[in-house]
This record gives sequence, structure tokens and C-alpha cells, in this order.
Amino acid sequence: MIPENNNLDSVVDIKDLTFRYGSRVIVDKLSLTIPRGKVVAIMGGSGCGKTTLLNLIGGRIKPDSGTLLVDGQSVPDLSKSELFDLRKRMGMLFQTGALLTDLSLFENVAFPIREHTQLPEAILRKVVLMKLERVGLRGAWRLMPSELSGGMARRAALARAIALEPMMIMYDEPFTGLDPISKGVIAKLIKELNEVLGITSIVVSHDVADTCAISDYAYLMGEGRIIGEGLPSEVQQSKSEHVRQFMEGLPDGPVPYQYPAPDYVEDLLTGDAS
Amino acid sequence: MQKSGLSAFLARRGQALSRIWQQYGGLDLFRNIGERTLNTVSRLGRATLFLYETVVGMTYLVPRFSLVVQQVFNVGVLTLLIILVSGLFVGMVLALQGYNTLVTFGAEESLGLVVALTLLRELGPVVTALLFAGRAGSALTAEIGLMKATEQLAGMEMMAVNPIKRVIAPRFLAGVIAMPLLATMFSAVGVFGGHLIGVGLVGLDSGSYWSQMQSGVDFYDDILNGLMKSVVFGFTVSWIAVFEGYDAVPTSEGVSRATNHTVVYSSLAVLALDFILTSLTLGEV
Repeated sequence: MIPENNNLDSVVDIKDLTFRYGSRVIVDKLSLTIPRGKVVAIMGGSGCGKTTLLNLIGGRIKPDSGTLLVDGQSVPDLSKSELFDLRKRMGMLFQTGALLTDLSLFENVAFPIREHTQLPEAILRKVVLMKLERVGLRGAWRLMPSELSGGMARRAALARAIALEPMMIMYDEPFTGLDPISKGVIAKLIKELNEVLGITSIVVSHDVADTCAISDYAYLMGEGRIIGEGLPSEVQQSKSEHVRQFMEGLPDGPVPYQYPAPDYVEDLLTGDAS
Repeated sequence: MQKSGLSAFLARRGQALSRIWQQYGGLDLFRNIGERTLNTVSRLGRATLFLYETVVGMTYLVPRFSLVVQQVFNVGVLTLLIILVSGLFVGMVLALQGYNTLVTFGAEESLGLVVALTLLRELGPVVTALLFAGRAGSALTAEIGLMKATEQLAGMEMMAVNPIKRVIAPRFLAGVIAMPLLATMFSAVGVFGGHLIGVGLVGLDSGSYWSQMQSGVDFYDDILNGLMKSVVFGFTVSWIAVFEGYDAVPTSEGVSRATNHTVVYSSLAVLALDFILTSLTLGEV
């Protein structure tokens, strides 16, 4: 599929985006740009709003204010059918893989193709096998999702995400819970899909080393804001205390070790837990 | 003196009342009632919108009817065994109890009619709906709730597939289709069970068992009314089951609570609706 606005140099354009959940501000006046054809990392600690940001880009939740353009279209203003049309050009890899458990691996990859196209069965089979071959799972097409290991499930989900040949894929914590070999495989695949198919990739992760190794540009998020950005090497050498703490994994720093609490001694002496 | 004694008494009572008031949370009590009421009303609203979206989404199923057939198998065929066994026993018990009562009036020849009417009008639809809620309804809720918890529904949404059309609509429609079929089979097996006892064990005349039934059962008043009831029950139970699953909190505790709600709410709704439908149909006669 050919994107409509081929001349735009950014796929995602976000300005002053704010999202609140109740009274809590999850994303706070955030601005960033995802250039077309690049692998961009968005790193940050757990609960800093990374996944929320992906959900905002995918149009699953609506922001409270700010602009959010994907391929030139303002996502919060799209109608449901326009949003669905846009989503056909966006892939998303969930942390759990989110494979449909009642379908075989083949049917999982065939699912988006069957839903959105009318390909004859013979061609469909070839397309699905090609997608599976890309991720090295052609031989496993018969297996059910429950028979796959964590790494294989994520590769299968990746094959499904590229089934409709999207312009962009969002990876939500692609490395979490994988062994080093599977991590390496996923990292290689992200890079390859980007280089061979020209797919723009947004990698949301808290895995510093693996993510920096494959990304062209990195954003660092903290408390719903961008606290650092640049080439991965620059970010790794940043002087900012926030960035240093995250990149080196220090337990205490600008992000406090302690959850906000009343005075310790006073708390122990009052003896009222309610 | 008397006056001050009274005021002291009132003051003491007042203090006691205020202690009780504090103990039960004071204004919190009213706040809780208000919050619960608002929650219930908004949930009913969501359930109604959800039903609307599901029914509208059924157009999606026209070229994909195999999805519905597959679900009819899941909620219907897999529920068949428990329905048939229960139907047989209910019919047998009805015949035993019916015979015992009828024989005191010398009306035991009407046993076939009594068994058939009880099953067709009441027990067929109601017991089937209760079993259906327990077997198929709870399974639907758990399945949909777990699909939500494992991000399968979110994944579908991100693939530009509406889960209400793809997952909910076929399951809901299958429930509405399967319920009247199951209730019919329940009644049929029940009538057979009644024959087993009435003719086989007690020794009534087989001819009078069937002929009384044939002359006494009316197609519109009895069979069609019972069928209508089972359609209404199938609609209600399926609606509750799919909504509870879709609206479940996506955790193990949330799914377990939703499954629980499905069985409890469905059973209560079936019994309440049965009373309303019965009073409506009998009012007509």
C-alpha cells in the first residue's frame, strides 16, 4: 500500500499532547516527531506513559488537548471508519503478542488479510507463508499459539503485524521477558523490516542496550514528558541527571526510590493503617 | 427538674445516635448509595448501547455465516448433553408426581397432557435457560473476558477489525438461535421421559397418554408461547453473558466476578421475565 502523503518527512507529529486519567496527568504537554523510514526508540521507566502514548497514536484513546498527526491526519478527529482505514496502515506489536488463541499460527497471520482483502485462497496461502518465512516460522504454521514459546509468539505476532504491509509498526516492549537469543532475533527483525521494507518503527522499551543498538533516534520519557532526545549515542552520554539515572539504572535520583509517604517515624508511631 | 431530666435523656440519645452515625460512615452511607445507583444506571446505559452496536454489527456476519455456525456448535451442541439428561429426568419426575396427584381424582389418563403442558409452557424454557446460563453463558463471559485480558480484543482493534462485530455479534446471535432449539429438545425428551414412567413403570395406556396430549395441547397457546419465551430468555442470557465478558475488568479477579455475575443476573432475569411473560399470555386467554 502506498501512503497518501509520501512527501511528508514525518509519519507521526505530536505537539503539546496532554492526556489525563481522572485527575492524574499521564501525558503532559508532550511533543515529538517520528521521521519516516527510521527506527525511533521511546524509552522510559515503567508507568511513565509510554504505552499510553502508543494507544494515543493508535487512536484507542483520545487526548485531552494538543495535536496528534499520523501521516498528516489528525487522529483524534477521525471518524471510526477513517480511523480503521488508517489502522490498516499501522501495525502494532503487543507486549503479550495478543495472538488469537483459537486460531492456528497460519490463520492468525491470515486474519487481517482475510478481513480486509478478498484474496483467493491460493494466493493468500503464498502471502502468509512469505510473512512467516520473514520471521523464520514457516515450518510452524500448523501450531496453535499455546504451543509457541514467548519469543516465537512475538515473532508470529510480528508476522501478523506486517501482513498488510503497513507504513509503520509500533512495538510495545518488544524485548520484555525474552531470553538473549530471542531478544537478538527480535532486534534483528525490527532492523531488517525497517531496512528492507522501509517500515517506520516506533520501539517503546525500557531495555536501554538492546533498544539503542537498533534505533536511529531516541526519546527519553519521564512523568509524561520528553526529558531527553538525540542519537542513541548522544543520549547515552547525556549529562542530564534524569537521563543518567535511567541509562545507568541507578536506584535513587531525580526519580525517587521512595513512593511518596508521610514521615517514617510518625507513621510507625500513630499505628493507624486506615 | 423534670424538664432537665428529659433534655439530658434526649442529649444522651442524641450522642448515641451520632455515634452510630459516625460508625456507619455518616454521609458516606448516602454517598455510597448515590455512587452505586449512578454506576448501575451508567452500566445499564452502556449495556444498551453495546446491544445496539452488536445488533447493527450483525450485517458483518452475512458473508461470514460460518462464524455463527461455529458458535452455535460451541454454545448449542456442547450444551446438548446436559439439556437432554436434565430433560429426561424432569419429565420422569413430572410423571411420577403427576400420577400420584391425578390418581386421587381418578384422572390419571390425563397424565400425558399434564406432563406436556408443564414442559412446554414452563419447565422447558425456564430450566433450559437456567442450564444454558450456567453452561454456555458462563463460558461465553469467561472466553470474552480472557480475550480482553490477554489483549486479543485490543489487538483486533489495532488491526482495524471491530471486535464487537467479529467476536461479540456471532456469539450473541448463536445464543439467540440455540436457546429455542435446546428448549424444544428439552421438552421433547421430557415428554418421552414421562412416557417411560407413565406407560412403562405405572402401566397407563400408551394410546391415552398420546391422545390426551394431542387433543389438549394447543399449537399457538402452548407450543408457540413456550417457544417465544425461550427466544426471549436466549436473547437475555446471551446479552448478559457477552456484555459481562466485554465489560469485565481485565484481571483474573475481574473475569471470575464477571462469570459469577452472568450466572446470577441471567438466572434472576429469566425468572422475573418468566413471571411477566406468563402473566401476559394468561391475561390474553
